[in-house]
Amino acid sequence: MSEEQIKNLEKQFEERILRDEKIEPKDWMPEKYRQTHIRQMSQHAHSEVVGMLPEGNWITRAPSLRRKVALLAKIQDEAGHGLYLYSACETLGVSRNELYDQLHSGKAKYSSIFNYPTVTWADMGAIGWLVDGAAIINQVPLCNTSYGPYARAMIRVCKEESFHQRQGYEIMMKLANGTPEQKELAQDALNRWWWPSLMMLGPTDAESVHTEQSMKWKLKRKSNDDLRQQFIDQTVPQAELIGLTIPDPDLKWNEENKSYDFGDINWDEFWQVVKGHGPCNKERMKARVGAWEEGEWVRDAAMAYAEKKQERKQKQAV
Amino acid sequence: MSKKHWPLWEIFVRSKNGLEHRHFGSLHAADAEMALENARDVYTRRNEGVSIWVVESKNITASNPEHNGELFEPAQDKVYRHPTFYDLPDEVKHM
Amino acid sequence: MKENLYNYILGIADNSLILGQRMGELCGHGPSLETDIACTNISLDLFGQVRSYFQYAAKIAGDGRNEDDIAMLRKEREYKNVLLVEQPNTNFAYSIGRQFLFDVYHLAFLAEQQKSADLTLSAIANKCIKEVSYHERFSSDWVRRLGDGTEESNKKMQEAINDLWAYTDELFHQTEADKAMVVEGLGVDVTKLKDEFYKSVSDLLEEANLQTPESKWFQKGGKEGIHTEHLGFLLSDLQYMQRTYPNMEW
Repeated sequence: MSEEQIKNLEKQFEERILRDEKIEPKDWMPEKYRQTHIRQMSQHAHSEVVGMLPEGNWITRAPSLRRKVALLAKIQDEAGHGLYLYSACETLGVSRNELYDQLHSGKAKYSSIFNYPTVTWADMGAIGWLVDGAAIINQVPLCNTSYGPYARAMIRVCKEESFHQRQGYEIMMKLANGTPEQKELAQDALNRWWWPSLMMLGPTDAESVHTEQSMKWKLKRKSNDDLRQQFIDQTVPQAELIGLTIPDPDLKWNEENKSYDFGDINWDEFWQVVKGHGPCNKERMKARVGAWEEGEWVRDAAMAYAEKKQERKQKQAV
Repeated sequence: MSKKHWPLWEIFVRSKNGLEHRHFGSLHAADAEMALENARDVYTRRNEGVSIWVVESKNITASNPEHNGELFEPAQDKVYRHPTFYDLPDEVKHM
Repeated sequence: MKENLYNYILGIADNSLILGQRMGELCGHGPSLETDIACTNISLDLFGQVRSYFQYAAKIAGDGRNEDDIAMLRKEREYKNVLLVEQPNTNFAYSIGRQFLFDVYHLAFLAEQQKSADLTLSAIANKCIKEVSYHERFSSDWVRRLGDGTEESNKKMQEAINDLWAYTDELFHQTEADKAMVVEGLGVDVTKLKDEFYKSVSDLLEEANLQTPESKWFQKGGKEGIHTEHLGFLLSDLQYMQRTYPNMEW
């Protein structure tokens, strides 16, 4: 194809998106669109799957049977969401195995928040409330993104996730209204998860590399800073309602902007974790790689069995 | 011989009797039985289905969007296939 | 309080509790995402069963304890599960082997329990039997895959079956409470399930290219509260919160 032809196709392509038309797997698309989508969707999928680990920590120790089943079901959903998103990636011609290789080799990123440790039960509350809360803010607009399989996966994800944040907030609420010791657990968890949750919405707009193109493709509908502001504005009253204090001395209501002003985020910490030096980066990868490698003989066995069965069937037919 | 991974399957679920099977998504499985079981566990956890079809993705033949012009556009101007094409006086009932 | 009925229920519920806990440990660590989700489903079914049983047991006990107190605040010797279900997830073959051996028993047990004169127990059995039928299908399919898969998987599956075999006989032992419940027409006579169990299991093992172990040396004690060393560790996780923060609501 000549350069001009490609330019023409690209122009038509951008116009389709502008008209809110969806792009489907076999449609022509610019190579950059394909790559950006594979990157974002697989990052998202990796985050779901790695995100199972910090919470998975507490399945065996959940304080009640009711909490245990809710937590199990939530983590199971995360496996499902990872699966939906990997499937969406596969429509662009990259296999789940390749994506796993990228994750396991450290080439692919996942949300940094999952590199923090879950040290008390209250962290299950904080993660559900804050981390899922921040994730939802990111995800809801993606139900309308331009790439069909991604949009469909996100619709399913958002529908299923609606209980996740409630699950977390309920845990926090119960703690905050409990004994002084329980309230302390809740406050401590909020203190530790607040800032990482704000960072989770991405670097400031000034530092963010992909934003403009992503906006055009509806991979992103709002800037990181706007999302962060939205998250803070909706979360602060939720904390107040259960008597917890946001660990930010500079946080205060700005009557003029009708939103909260907040203190400086420690971006050095953010980049440290992104670059692989967070508290649990190594453990998380070890757990993922371990599960994959230990599962290899199982997957091979199932494949060998399927082939034998197929052969037997064919022999019988002859 | 290169390593064989679990192939990809497309999953179709009937949400309730009376409705058609609808494409729900895909997953990996070693064989059809496992694909059915996996589909049950992955796609019907919230009571979403009463029947499942699984088809190995490689067995699906899809039309090429590049041919959309010749495949689908010719149908656009065949307005006489639609009831609104025919002018009838308002007095005619039940038609 | 109807002590025999209470103990009888605990015997059933503890099996699901401990096995549910074991299956829950796999969440996030399965050989594939799909398998992970499936194992979690089994765990969730089992915990659902546990809650029904313990809610009923709490009513019978009538001493103010709730389902969680019963599940999490007993001492080691007071857990009545069979030794089989507390065996660790040594590898996926052990998890599947344990699940399979228990499922075959569990399914036969529930089929009988449905006939119980105790309406609550028969209703629970009625609901559980559908879940357990699926578990049994899932685990036997996997025994076939691993047994008749690769040389390596065959070896691993055989090893797991051999090791777990010693814990099968206990499934058919009766405690005093069990016996009393059979007499009253409320409980299942597990001794009658034994022949059918060994027959179905060895049929499937054969189909899966696996040997039925010949060993007649069996371990028992779980039903009387004498467990393998594994249970203590499992309980320290299970009970951690309730023990560390006593008398609180979650």
